[in-house]
Amino acid sequence: MTKAKTLYDKLWDDHVVAERGDGTTLLYVDRHLAHEVSTPQSFQTLRERGRQVRRPQTHIAVPDHAVSTQSRSDFSGEKQAQVQIAQLYKNADQFGIPLFRLNDPRQGIVHVIGPEQGFTLPGITLACGDSHTSTHGAFGALAFGIGASECATVMALQCLPQRRAKSMAINIDGPLDEWVSAKDVALAIIEKLGPGGASGYAVEYRGTTVSMMSMEARMTLCNMTIEAGARIGLVAPDQTTFDYVKGRPYAPQSEDFDIALEYWSTLASDSGAIFDRTVEIDARELVPYISWGTTPSEAAPITGSVPRLEDTADGSSRKRLEQVCEYMGLSPGQPLEEIAIDHVFIGSCTNGRIEDLRAAAKVAEGKSVAAGITAMVVPGSADVKRQAEAEGLDRIFIAAGYQWREAGCSMCVAINQDRLLPGQRCASTSNRNFEGRQGQGARTHLMSPAMAAAAAITGRLTDIRKLEEQA
Amino acid sequence: MSKPLESLTGRAAVLLEDGIDTDVIFPARFLLRMEKEGLGECLFADRISKTTEDAAGAFSLERKDGEAVQILLAGAQFGCGSSREHAVWSLVDFGIRAVIAPSFGEIFSNNSARNGLAAICLDRDQVEYLAQESAVADLTVDLLAKTVTIQAGKTFAFDIGEGDRQALLNGWDEIDMIHAAHSDDVENFESGYRERRPWLFKDQA
Repeated sequence: MTKAKTLYDKLWDDHVVAERGDGTTLLYVDRHLAHEVSTPQSFQTLRERGRQVRRPQTHIAVPDHAVSTQSRSDFSGEKQAQVQIAQLYKNADQFGIPLFRLNDPRQGIVHVIGPEQGFTLPGITLACGDSHTSTHGAFGALAFGIGASECATVMALQCLPQRRAKSMAINIDGPLDEWVSAKDVALAIIEKLGPGGASGYAVEYRGTTVSMMSMEARMTLCNMTIEAGARIGLVAPDQTTFDYVKGRPYAPQSEDFDIALEYWSTLASDSGAIFDRTVEIDARELVPYISWGTTPSEAAPITGSVPRLEDTADGSSRKRLEQVCEYMGLSPGQPLEEIAIDHVFIGSCTNGRIEDLRAAAKVAEGKSVAAGITAMVVPGSADVKRQAEAEGLDRIFIAAGYQWREAGCSMCVAINQDRLLPGQRCASTSNRNFEGRQGQGARTHLMSPAMAAAAAITGRLTDIRKLEEQA
Repeated sequence: MSKPLESLTGRAAVLLEDGIDTDVIFPARFLLRMEKEGLGECLFADRISKTTEDAAGAFSLERKDGEAVQILLAGAQFGCGSSREHAVWSLVDFGIRAVIAPSFGEIFSNNSARNGLAAICLDRDQVEYLAQESAVADLTVDLLAKTVTIQAGKTFAFDIGEGDRQALLNGWDEIDMIHAAHSDDVENFESGYRERRPWLFKDQA
């Protein structure tokens, strides 16, 4: 009998080109997504080395990080962003890589359009110069973020040296409360694991909660895996996955789909497969989570508080808490529900999909954004935007006082004009609350789309469950 | 091709805070720059501008003794977060060739060796010891011996992946290296893989 394998083992073994004898394995890379910010230097490397792109059709180039979300009619962003986007067009053209331009109906955030187009498939390896590439693991794909030098290697050679990760199973079981989403599950897990708690691991999310999740929810879960330090988050593909993939433009069609499906159906960890670490999560115990600090692991239930100084374990964690509170403009022990905000951002590769916008619109419908609050919705892709408009979600948001924007990364990474001023505080559905992430000196609280929409109504961090009870 | 690095002796800067992410190392607003050169001026832009060396817990890359900094002593999970290679380029452009920390963000670590920056893991108490002693003493990082030594003080051994070590020692270009060593392997793999997973080769007749 052969050794029981994890899903990660199966994906890894299917892509081994060569063992390099230095602890690394040369892995074949099936797909690569190229965006404007992380690839100018990669293409420059190809030029300097006189290299071609080995299989141009296995890449998609799309501008997302620096694009203006105000307009699609032309390069309406900052001059430097325009130059960078134009360079991506030039690079894609020179190297023969398929390109979705700014006004292409398929444009959007790399991690939203990959799945949408059926470019992301079960069983593949997928790389992108962006740490949230873990998102695509939701399809049972071995997907991981890489640097610009590695992007050049992938384009030139279709492979990358990699070190095999340890395996971690995160078993999530039980039904989720109506107002608890994949984002809350992710924040609760990251808080439990601690910063870097999954570093060196490939994480597989398993259990009944995950089986019941939509693809959108699974993508949110896998997306946030990097915030616990792991480059790879996985969910075994199942009927939900196959139904999502079927018929999408880049997915295998007709009999090819059936052949692929036969293989995809084998992509689950064998019973008896051994994980290096197993973590159990009881979904019934989960409540809406919110981050209070400057790493996603500094998160707590909305009913909780910023930790008290006397609860810190040692001198260095006390000092850390003091520093974080100073940056965030909070006091140790302060209840989270007291915290007043200035901005609401709904979007990003974490929570910019149609299901996320539906969840936020459900809360926003018939309500108004509180006085003095700036709220914006930035769809994850042009496709999500069209779908939302077809469902009338744009009208709900606009009537409530939100700005309805064009697709892009926007205030998740604040490279374009969408950024906060120093000291401003944002209820955000994005993935990082790092210092300066949403603008120099900006303060970010991470949460689900429903929780962000609730904060928009009250002007402070709000327990969506209480708000809905009052309604 | 990066500058080969066998050993390095010099002064260190100290930033022992845990979880220094790549947004702190290289703030996002500078990501529109498309070169690798000259990025040193963006390094820690928001930390340096608001701190001075004499304030409590402050951080500066300028040493009081005026010595150029080539080594950074850092806290756990240094370089976590965004994959931006600009974080590594800005450190190298500034003149830093080694970062010593209890642990690193994985993508940062992968990016480092490809650009001639040694990301070296030591235990937290070892890093803290070096930080204390480094105010007045030089550090030596030796990739041949795989050790870090403080002048007139202790020597610590470190582990580093052999691939990363060779890349640092030789300044190898990854594309040329892999192409030379594995072109046939890639061809062989592809022909078998195309048989196994034909739907992934619709780009080729």
